[in-house]
Formats: sequence, C-alpha cells, structure tokens
Amino acid sequence: MSKSTAGNSATPQANSKAAANSTWRVVDIVVASVLAVAVGVIFWLWSAGYGLISAFTVAFPPIGALYGGGWLIAGVLGALVIRKPGAALYCELVAATVEGLLGTHFGFTVLLSGLVQGLGAEAVFALFRYRKFTLPVALLAGAMSGVALGINDSLVYNVAWAFEWKAVYVVLAAVSGAIIAGLLSWLAVRGLAKTGALANLPSRGAATEPVL
Amino acid sequence: MAADGRGAQGRGVAPARISAQGWGWQHSGRAAKAVHNLDLEIAPGERVLLLGPSGAGKSTLLHALAGVLGADEDADEFGSLLIDGEPVAGARGRTGLMQQDPDAQVVLSRVGDDVAFGAENLSVPRDEIWRRVPAALDAVGLALPLDHPTSALSGGQKQRLGLAGMLAMRPGLLLLDEPTANLDPAGVVDVRDAVRRSLEETGATLVVVEHRVSVWLDVVDRIVVLAPSGAGGPGGILLDGPPATVLAQGARLLADAGVWVPGHVPAVRQRTSRQSGAGQDDGGSRLLLEAADLGVSRSKSRRRHPVMPVAVVPSVNLYAGQALSVTGPNGAGKSTLALTLAGLLPPASGNLVATDALARGAGHSPLKWRGRELISRIGTVFQEPEHQFVTGSVRQELGFAPRLLGHGGEKVEELLSRLGLEHLADANPFTLSGGEKRRLSVATVLAASPQILILDEPTFGQDANTWAELASLLTELLDAGTAVLSVTHDALFTQLLGGETLDLGGSVAVRDHGGPPQLAATTGVRR
Amino acid sequence: MSVDVLAAPRSSAWLAGANPLAKLGAGMVITVLLLMSVDWVSASVALALEVLLLPLAGLSAGALLRRGWPILLAAAVGGYGTALLAPKTGELLLALGPVSFTTGSVAAGAAIALRGLAIALPGIIVLASTDPTDLADALAQKLRLPHRFVLGALAAMRLVGLLVAEWQTLGMARRARGVGGEPGLFSGARAGAGQAMALLVQAIRRASRLAVTMEAKGFGAGPRTWARESSYTGRDLGVLAGGLVIAAVSVGAAVVLGSWNPVFG
Repeated sequence: MSKSTAGNSATPQANSKAAANSTWRVVDIVVASVLAVAVGVIFWLWSAGYGLISAFTVAFPPIGALYGGGWLIAGVLGALVIRKPGAALYCELVAATVEGLLGTHFGFTVLLSGLVQGLGAEAVFALFRYRKFTLPVALLAGAMSGVALGINDSLVYNVAWAFEWKAVYVVLAAVSGAIIAGLLSWLAVRGLAKTGALANLPSRGAATEPVL
Repeated sequence: MAADGRGAQGRGVAPARISAQGWGWQHSGRAAKAVHNLDLEIAPGERVLLLGPSGAGKSTLLHALAGVLGADEDADEFGSLLIDGEPVAGARGRTGLMQQDPDAQVVLSRVGDDVAFGAENLSVPRDEIWRRVPAALDAVGLALPLDHPTSALSGGQKQRLGLAGMLAMRPGLLLLDEPTANLDPAGVVDVRDAVRRSLEETGATLVVVEHRVSVWLDVVDRIVVLAPSGAGGPGGILLDGPPATVLAQGARLLADAGVWVPGHVPAVRQRTSRQSGAGQDDGGSRLLLEAADLGVSRSKSRRRHPVMPVAVVPSVNLYAGQALSVTGPNGAGKSTLALTLAGLLPPASGNLVATDALARGAGHSPLKWRGRELISRIGTVFQEPEHQFVTGSVRQELGFAPRLLGHGGEKVEELLSRLGLEHLADANPFTLSGGEKRRLSVATVLAASPQILILDEPTFGQDANTWAELASLLTELLDAGTAVLSVTHDALFTQLLGGETLDLGGSVAVRDHGGPPQLAATTGVRR
Repeated sequence: MSVDVLAAPRSSAWLAGANPLAKLGAGMVITVLLLMSVDWVSASVALALEVLLLPLAGLSAGALLRRGWPILLAAAVGGYGTALLAPKTGELLLALGPVSFTTGSVAAGAAIALRGLAIALPGIIVLASTDPTDLADALAQKLRLPHRFVLGALAAMRLVGLLVAEWQTLGMARRARGVGGEPGLFSGARAGAGQAMALLVQAIRRASRLAVTMEAKGFGAGPRTWARESSYTGRDLGVLAGGLVIAAVSVGAAVVLGSWNPVFG
C-alpha cells in the first residue's frame, strides 16, 4: 500500500529491493493474463511454424525438441514480469489454454502440458524464493521447464519411442527451454522495461538490474 | 439539476463531495511529483471541467479519486484526499471512471454481462442486477439486445457501454478522463449526450478532463485549471470559477497549454502555393498514383472465396503538392483505402498504378516494392504512433530510414531541432508523451523524404498545440511538392490543407480553392 | 480454427446447454483412459464414437475435415515419428541405411496417430459448444477456483482477437517503415522478433488500462455476486455418462480383443 506522509517529500528510492510483496494485485492478475494470452497467440503462430520444421524432424524426430522451447516462453516470461509466487504456473497454463482454444491437435492434453511445464519453471523461481530474477535463474527455469516438457511428451506423445530417443528428446528440450524460453524471455523483459511499459509492475527496474 | 438523485436511474444515490487538502502524489520510481499541493473542494452535484497543460497531474487526480492508485506499492502520498469525508479507499463503488481508450472500457464479451460486471463486484443481488442493466443501457441510449457482442461496437458505443456499467453501480461521482479524444464527431456527441442524461437522472457529481472545451461547455458549471507541478513549481490551482469567467480570464494561458478554447483557432501556417483546379494535371502538378475501380478489403481474396470489398472507388488520383482528404462514417473503409493506396494491402479488385514519376524504375505496383523502395516513395503514418517504433531511442528512430537508404545522418539533427525533440534524443520512444510520440512518428516517416505522405487520423486526440504543429508541417510539405492523403474526421484540418475531399459515404464534394463546394457525380461509393 | 471462436455467439447445439464442467469431466475421462494404452483398437473405437457425437456440438464431419486438416497432418507426422523410433519388434518391412521400419513399429505408429485424433476430438467438441463466459462462471462458482484469476483470464481472452488484429497492423506499420525488406531467413527472423516485442508492449499497455477499468469497477475487493448462475441439470449427467460409456467401451473392446497395451509396465 502507498505510504502517507504529511509534509516534505521523502527521498525517491532507486530500484526497490524490498522483499517482494506476494499478494497479487488486480494489475498483476490482468497483466499476467493478457501476457499469457498474447504469448498464447505467439504459441499458435509457433505451432503453425512447426509444419515448416517437420521437414527436419522427418529425418530425426527428437530434433523437434529443439523447437519446443517456444512453447515454454509464457511461464518464464510471466514470472520475470510479475515476480510473484504462482506467476510461472498461471501464465503457462493460460497460454497453453489459449493455444488450445485457437486450434491445435493436442486436445485436453494441452492443459496437462501447460500445467507440467509451468510447474517446472515455478519450481526454479521458488527455489530462489522469488527474489532473484537474474539471467542464470531465467536460464535454469527455462531448462527445468524444458525437462518437464520432455518428460511430459515422452509419456504422452512419444510414449512408444525407445528409451534412448526419449532421453535425447528430454536433453534437447532442456537446451531449447534454456535458450528460447530462458534467454529470450530475460532479454524481452529488459527490453520491455526500457520502454516503460512495466512501470506499474515489480519488474519496472529490470532494465538496469545486474545480469548475474 | 436534481441533487437528491431523483429519477428512475438514481433512486437513493447521494452525490459525492470531494475534498483535497494539500494533496500531492509521487509515483514510484519518479523523481518529480505528479500532483503537488492541491487544495480543492467540490460540492455534491457540481459538474467540473478540469484543464491544464499536460503533466499537470489531471489523470493522476482522477485515478486517485477512482481508487486505482492505492495498489502502487512504492508511491508517496501527501496531504489528504477525501470523498464524503472518508479516505478514497473506503469509498469503493461510489465512483465510476471512464478512460480515453474505448477498447479498455470493455471487460466481457456480451453487452449485458459487461454492464452487470460492476454491480456483481459490489455484491448486488442477481435480480436487482438484471433490473439495473436494461435501465442503465436505456439511460445511455444503447438500444441493444443483452447478448450483443461487445466487439461489434463502435468507439462511441463502447464508451457509452462503460458509462452504463458505471450507472449500474449507482455511483455518486463520475470521473471522465478524456472520454471523447479517440472518437469520431458523431461518437463525441453521443457520449456527451449520454453523460448529460445520466447526470440529470442521478444528480451525481462530475469531474471531466478534456482538451476540447466546447464539447462540455453546456454540461459543466465550473472550470478548474491545474498548474503544472514540475520541479520547483508551486503546484495547486491557477484558475477556478464559472466557465465564462475562466475562459475570459485565462484564454491566453489555456491556448498556450494546448486547450481548444472555444472561438479561438490555433495559429497555423497557411498554404502559400496556388492550388490548381481539382483533378487537373496542369504543368505544376505531376500525377504520382492512380487507381481505377479500386475495391479495398482487409481480407485476402482466395480463388474459391472471393471477398466482398468494403468500399469501391471509381477513381483516385494523387498529384504532387496536392492534398486529398478521405472522410466518411465509421466502417466505410477509409483506413482500408489508405492502406491499399500505400501499397500495404492488396487491392480486392481494380488496379493501382504508380506513374513513372513515382516508380522511378521500381515497378508500377506499390505492393511489390521492397522496404527501401517503399519508404522513399510512399510514407505512411499510422493512427497509433507506437505501432511504428522500431528502435530503442529517438535518435535511432530518426536515423533508421536514412541508414536504410544509405544516406548520412545530417537529416537526423535537422529533424530533431525542427520538431523540438533534441532534449529527448536518447530517450526510448515509448516513454514520450502523446504529442511527442505523434511528432516523432511523423518525423521518422519524413526522414525518408517520400513523395507521397499518407496519414491515418493524424489529429485524433491531439491537443491544440500538437494539432497546429502538425498542420503547419503538412502545409509546408504540400507547398514543397509532397502529395498528402489524410484519412480524417477533422473538418478544420481538411479545410486548412485544401485540395479534394473524397467522401466514402455517398457523393463526393469537389472543392476548388476558395470556391463553393460543388457536388459532382457519385465517385466514391460504399457498397 | 480461428480466433473468432472466442467471440462467436452462443451456439445452439444440444451440448451448448450442458454445464462446461460436465463436458470437461467427460473429455478428461476419455483422454486419461486413452492415454493409458497405445493400441489401435481403443483409439479407433473411441474415435468412431466421438465422430457420432459431432452433431450434438453442431459440427459436421465434412466441415471438420476441411478446416481441421492440420490436425490430421499432425497426427500423421506423430505416427510417422513413432514408426521410425519405436523399438523394432516384429518382421522387418523396410530398411534404408540406418533407418528401418518393422511391423511392430508401424503398428505402434498407426496406434499413436489414431490415438492423437481420438484425443483431439473431445477438445474440439468441447470448444465448439462452450462459451468462455459460461466456462469461467462454472470454474468460479462450482469448482470454486479463485474468482479474481478466473475473471482476469476471461477478460484477457477477450483481447485475443484484438491482439491478432494488432499483429497484422503491426506488420503493415513496420513494413511502412521499411523493416523486413531484405530477403533471407535471418532478416525475416529479426523482423519477426521485433514485431513480437512490439506486440508484447501493446499487450501490456492494454492490460494496464484494462486493469484500471476493472479495479475502478470494484473488481478484486472481496466477495461478489454472480449475474449468471452456473447450474447442473439432467443433461450434465447425460454428458458425463456419455463420456464414461465411450471410455469404457473403447477400453473394453481393446481388452476383449487382446490388444490392450498399457504404457506403464
């Protein structure tokens, strides 16, 4: 809540490092939802692009895991922008639902994917107690989300593959998650902060935060 | 006005009293206060128009009264701001806030559900909600079925829908933050009349912020002018009183601040070169772009599903140094036509040809031009400046086109000073104010020195100062030989630029410079 | 499949009158049971029964084929991938260098493809016959999920159509600035990334304005009432029963015919 002082102005604070307030305000909920929906639209476009790369996956299907990182962006991005508990899980779940609503071939399994992938990212942010949102944390969250995607896919879609191919898939998914979901989301948040779009959110200082 | 809230809509609603004493607000992360040392008393049922230069904190005050600033975690508040004697946080449900962007007003996808939303949040019982919803829609003049989709509403209808949602909450205070800035003239009148009707029925207190004073002159009974609260300024109120008095005393002050003072036209550079008779290709005007039987549409035609064009225009010709204004009602296809002429959308039917004077070897179909070729021939300024920002600083934005064309950077400095943006040269374009963004987006397109300039609603929501600068810039360009096509509702703007008008709502008025309007045969047709 | 699906008027199909939770429940039951095995019998029986249900959702098989061909393609691709990478059991059918297909792997591939379709169809059926506002009401009132998040997500869904339109406008606006004019994959990717960033900025701006509107309408400040009531009717029992029947018959057929092939163990 805002502080009330009668009289002279207080000195303005630089990037606030106060312990994150973990209650979600209306603006947090709505921005997280709209962000997830926007990324869900990007997921849908990403799925459309899957047709292009299936030329490559025909030769060696586990390569498809490298493309999977695109579907993990919502969780990591959401957590980096909102910086509150549950952000990664909520955003990934909503984005997966939107992608499903816009029409993909996954059916209800998209909800499961969203849930599992979101939990993967959420676990990493929880590990750092929702206080650190640096590049290594983002990369790790993306990687964990990728592992979750790999395991989920191996149990649902690729369930009949031989074990060694499933293992390759999981590893490649982790790499893709770290780079596409982790690195790109971190860069995106820095870029967003510079435009001033994040002024109402806890991540408003992301443009000048230390990288490590 | 009924101060006790009589009327079908307002049974038992007491209008709110506002009291600010030494009130100030500093947003988190900002060095300067948004509002400083404000002392203001507004009596129940009073209708106030709030004016002031941009940066005076008008929006901040309205947001604070609406109770939406409380969640700002690191902000500082000074003094006190009370509604009916209580701090704002305790007055939830007493106020309604309308914002500038009509799309931001709508929450749910059906009209009835959206109006009910506010009442649901206030825990109004279900039966009572469904009694209030039709009454509220009636009060704002929206005679639509309850399951009408909200995405199918025009801007003015969306604003009125938001007002209906507020009325269903039985507010004692209506707060309107530039509600008509993004609306066409018909929408402006609709919203103003809906607000007036609502006030008569509920007797609520009104605080409205708007550049265009004439719209609200008959509705308000008091004008308050806020002082800018930048570093060192005394803050507070500059002028306060009945409209006639304030406008008489402060006309100069308000005009400098960019307010549209009634009866006062901003100083604009007039056109100096003589315009030839419309449509004639005499020695002074080269034909640049011609379109015949052009049908335009947003969707792409496919072989099996040919698309019905939203508008078909028998002939459009763009000449160097001449202006063409496209007008018409909402949905008539004005923007679609402009985008098609700009080579950004494929024509649905007919053909669009760039003459040799324009094409200069790049081919005769603008649609097929590559980026570099397009920007030096046709420059398009979109309605929302932010859509066209592609770099991270103002200087880079201005240098983007010259760099793409292989020119040097001299033009950048010239444009920076011409548009008064030197002090912002390294700022991120998204952090600029509305007027600055508009100037920057026009400048970035001009940096490529296009032969044709196409603008989509360039004066939407602009205060008088930005309007005047834009108009002056365009008359200068016209006199220098650029062709200008603008999609606009703004009659004053059209008159200033001169040239032809293409009306996509029916018949075409062809005007000679200084001559009376003559109705020619129907050339612009809307199907 | 298009973005208009979220703004479509209430469908008048039979299933549209059923509570979304019942439909979700039925769909989940079918999905979960089908996921437990990789065999073509359970998949094709489920698929056949689901196709019979299409008219209840106001869909026709023909229209679905025409508009949903990406789904068929995706299922086929999945089947091919499995045929390529599954353990090579049974007789060898085709060998091309390091790549080989056997009867076992091809059967697994076919089963995966059919199962993919059988899983996709309930999602499509529920989608075509469920209104998002009804779904949000059901989730918040019946399932008691936190209403702030459910309604926040619903309000955000409404912006999907607007954001897709904005993507197209952004594409044109940036082309008007000369972006993306160079041929080549890399320049196209960079232009796309820039456009995606611009979309994110607009999304957050719209979200902030929407948040102000919702908060000014008293959203999020404690308990609320509901203008539309989400309720259970006999139709919902029918829907749930239908889902159970489809799942049971599919699994039963597979077990009876001996092709039941559980994923675990």
